[in-house]
Amino acid sequence: MRLILEKRADRSPFFAIASPFLALVLTLIAGGLIFAMRGINPLEGLYVYFVEPLTQLWSVEQLVIKAAPLVLIGVGLAVCYMANVWNIGAEGQLTMGAIAGSIAPVMFPEWQDPSILVVMLIMGTLGGALYGAIPGLLKTRFNANEILTSLMLVYVAGLFLDWLVRGPWRDPQGYNFPVTKTFAGWQLLPTFGGTIHLGALFALVACAALAFVMGKTLIGFEIKVTGNAPRAGRFAGFSRDRMVMLCFLLSGGLAGLAGICEVASVIGKLQPQISPGYGFAAIIVAFLGRLNPLGVLFAGLLLALSYIGGEAAQVTLGISDKIAKVFQGILLFFILSCDTLILYRIKFESGRVGALKAAE
Amino acid sequence: MKKLLMTAAMAAIALGLGTTASLAEKYKACWVYVGPVGDGGYTFQHDVGRKMVDKELGDKVETVFVENVAEADADRSIERLARDGCKIIFTTSFGFMDPTIKVAAKFPDVKFEHATGYKTAPNVATYNAKFHEGRYVIGQIAAKMSKTGTAGYIVSFPIPEVVSGINAFMLGAQSVNPDFKVKIVWVNSWFDPGKEADAAKVLLSQGADIMVQHTDSTAPLQIAQEQGKFGFGQSSDMMAFAPKAQLTAIVDSWGPYYVKRVKAAMDGTWASTQSWEGMAEGAVTMAPYANMPDDVAKMAADTQAAITAGTLNPFTGPITKQDGTVVGEAGKPLPDGDILGMNWYVKGVDDKLPQ
Amino acid sequence: MDQSLAVLLTIITAATPLLIAAMGELVVERSGVLNLGVEGMMVMGAVAGFAVAFLTGSTLLGAGAAILAGIAMSALFGFLTLTLVANQVAAGLALTLLGLGLSGLIGEAFVGHPGIKMPTLLGIDALVPFSFILTAGVAYVLFKTKIGLTVRAVGNSHNSAHALGYRVIALRYLSVMFGGACAGLAGGYLSLAYTPQWIENMTAGRGWIALALVVFASWRPLRTLVGAYLFGAVSILGFVVQSMGLGIPSQFLSALPYIVTVIALVIISGNKRLTQANTPACLGQSFVPDR
Repeated sequence: MRLILEKRADRSPFFAIASPFLALVLTLIAGGLIFAMRGINPLEGLYVYFVEPLTQLWSVEQLVIKAAPLVLIGVGLAVCYMANVWNIGAEGQLTMGAIAGSIAPVMFPEWQDPSILVVMLIMGTLGGALYGAIPGLLKTRFNANEILTSLMLVYVAGLFLDWLVRGPWRDPQGYNFPVTKTFAGWQLLPTFGGTIHLGALFALVACAALAFVMGKTLIGFEIKVTGNAPRAGRFAGFSRDRMVMLCFLLSGGLAGLAGICEVASVIGKLQPQISPGYGFAAIIVAFLGRLNPLGVLFAGLLLALSYIGGEAAQVTLGISDKIAKVFQGILLFFILSCDTLILYRIKFESGRVGALKAAE
Repeated sequence: MKKLLMTAAMAAIALGLGTTASLAEKYKACWVYVGPVGDGGYTFQHDVGRKMVDKELGDKVETVFVENVAEADADRSIERLARDGCKIIFTTSFGFMDPTIKVAAKFPDVKFEHATGYKTAPNVATYNAKFHEGRYVIGQIAAKMSKTGTAGYIVSFPIPEVVSGINAFMLGAQSVNPDFKVKIVWVNSWFDPGKEADAAKVLLSQGADIMVQHTDSTAPLQIAQEQGKFGFGQSSDMMAFAPKAQLTAIVDSWGPYYVKRVKAAMDGTWASTQSWEGMAEGAVTMAPYANMPDDVAKMAADTQAAITAGTLNPFTGPITKQDGTVVGEAGKPLPDGDILGMNWYVKGVDDKLPQ
Repeated sequence: MDQSLAVLLTIITAATPLLIAAMGELVVERSGVLNLGVEGMMVMGAVAGFAVAFLTGSTLLGAGAAILAGIAMSALFGFLTLTLVANQVAAGLALTLLGLGLSGLIGEAFVGHPGIKMPTLLGIDALVPFSFILTAGVAYVLFKTKIGLTVRAVGNSHNSAHALGYRVIALRYLSVMFGGACAGLAGGYLSLAYTPQWIENMTAGRGWIALALVVFASWRPLRTLVGAYLFGAVSILGFVVQSMGLGIPSQFLSALPYIVTVIALVIISGNKRLTQANTPACLGQSFVPDR
């Protein structure tokens, strides 16, 4: 017997909605099995992982805080990938955004009015965009593959940050530990009452704006055409080079904004490590959201839930963070494979029929 | 179907409540680790300490840990533990300092203990160990054992603990051989066995014949063994990995401190202190001296005994810095603050620190 | 030992795992599949290799287990992306997550135990000559044999290859599993020869470098060899320069291999004839035969 995919005439509207739920059910079953194997009551395990984080205000806030950078970066990457531009260096652009945005508070710690926050956000976005422009330029000018250049620049940015906080930008009052002065007052993002900060709003705005741009504007159309049918794009007079630069500037800028938002909120200073891999996780978010800005929003929240739930499970159930990683991997696998049902029907054929068909 | 789901949900909630209730009687002590417990080095040793609490205090305590916590995520992880009923929380990395202070302000009834930092609060204590004491001992051994008069020193990041370690090592070595040299390689990682092995091979090829490391994996020692050279273990006793090469190891023993502090928290005598324990308190211990002649082992044991007794302090003035200036009063140890924030080399170190 | 010879040997050890993993991924990408999960397959190979060698006492069996673990992981990836046509980039990243988690779980029991080292020939690990043979073999098979031609055809235009009667999916499965075997073996090299021990995340990002090297080499086996040795050489020479105590910031020396790789790629890529002709046209695209 073998498994055969048959293309549907149209996208299945049923599965477009049902597939994430089907994936969730499959994950619950697989997850329950994993918990059972580790001697944990599966129902309790799943409750702690997926439900409990949503029952407390505190942990919902944490969920939003964690999702904000993922969504902000993911939505920019979604546009990139839609245009077939392979920026996988968002982590480096995030780092450079954080550095550029921190120039003002590090150089002028006494500067205390709303203007510094604006400057920080603009500089952060610019820093990310310009760092993103490097692989863009190398691609358009020298035809250097952007997968390699953007990835390599991640390491370079990380080491540059390391050098900065250990050398020139080190806080003189910090006992020679590698941190800058702590940001304060207007150097930090305002929050909405609790702990959720302006970054969440930026993420929402970015999703809405890009959903509009991609759906309703010529430039959005241009991006899709150059991605899906580059030849048609050339005939229509769309410049591929312009598109590459645009995508890198956009996704780099958003990653940079996410970077400065992180250091100007949760962390409150520059230190050697400012991101637990948001730039890489956002790649998953972009694809999980089917490269659709609104889908990215949900995907970001889901991935954030899997982090928060994984941590809750460590504390409450005493499982290791490795199980949480395995769980995430499985969840992603199921979601990716269930999406197949939107475009295809799955059929099983006996080996003989299959062989006959192949022979035809 | 709906009914079934309801029952399941109820069961889950009941179970959740059930566990919380049964655990509430135990005193909950919690740890936040920066690496995986399987790193075989720094975090591994903290976890050995946690297990000691489990063993010593038995069923009166429940210990919980969160591993692999990124510095950027520390806020949330610490707060989760506080909310989850932890009464005392140990945060084991320098990068957790500000998050610990922040969360502690929100939970005045929970005790916090931050390793290697300097900020305290009424419910935040700090703790660290005088690892440089062990480094002085291995410096002396290195100077005795080396034929080329040069050690290779693999280091992670230039933080004060690492810098004071290099200095203590050099002072120890110079007390035996004033012309002793050290070659330093920064690998910019606490933990990358491959890179550490590469650095070790390079150092040995450049004339060093003793491996010293301030990184966490056993790789440098294994390379020393392969090439018939000697080295020292870091954080834990690494004898099993290099039975012919390990001379001794500086072992982090967090266990006694953890047991003491959890006990204090339980009986209400806990206070915010800045603990900086060394050989005298058993926080820094040396693995058995091996692979060396008896006279060298005796010298090392004598030095260790003197440091433990308090008659010898590695950082006793006057000390000549790399740039020729002299610090410290004759016969008096440097103030603790100078060592905890150390950012200069002693004379004879052939390297530059980022300024 | 002569000083420069010792440095050369260090470069060889550093380059070998990169070369083996990259050679596998090269074949995968030549068949039109982009598997970003090299790191996950490598780390699974490392833990499986260590575990089996530790339990049986045989590094040969360990290497075999490393290969099998890599194949198993890649087969999972193949099922998702080839049979179920899931997105390759996302599936590859998920594979890395899964591999890092699963290897940590399996390896819990093996932390803190010294491993057994693979036999060496004249101070060189047995897998070093193998990596050269592998490179020559891949170069020969891809460019001089019918099956290699077919793999490249599938990667360049799966539709035409299908129309010609080639079994696109089966060939891609084979290529993906070859890639898995190589990544697994590269991981096994780390835990059995490079540093014989198991520690969580011991691959430390080498899978990503291997991926980048394939692109760097513009999908040519011999250039991959050059790339792996260039990367290894710049990393190791950074340590040599440091040990001289010249006071150059170590972060700069650590960043140098990445910077040099980018610059070298830019120089190579300036020549369009070299790169564009080699890029598999269907890289990353799913294939579903029309029926």
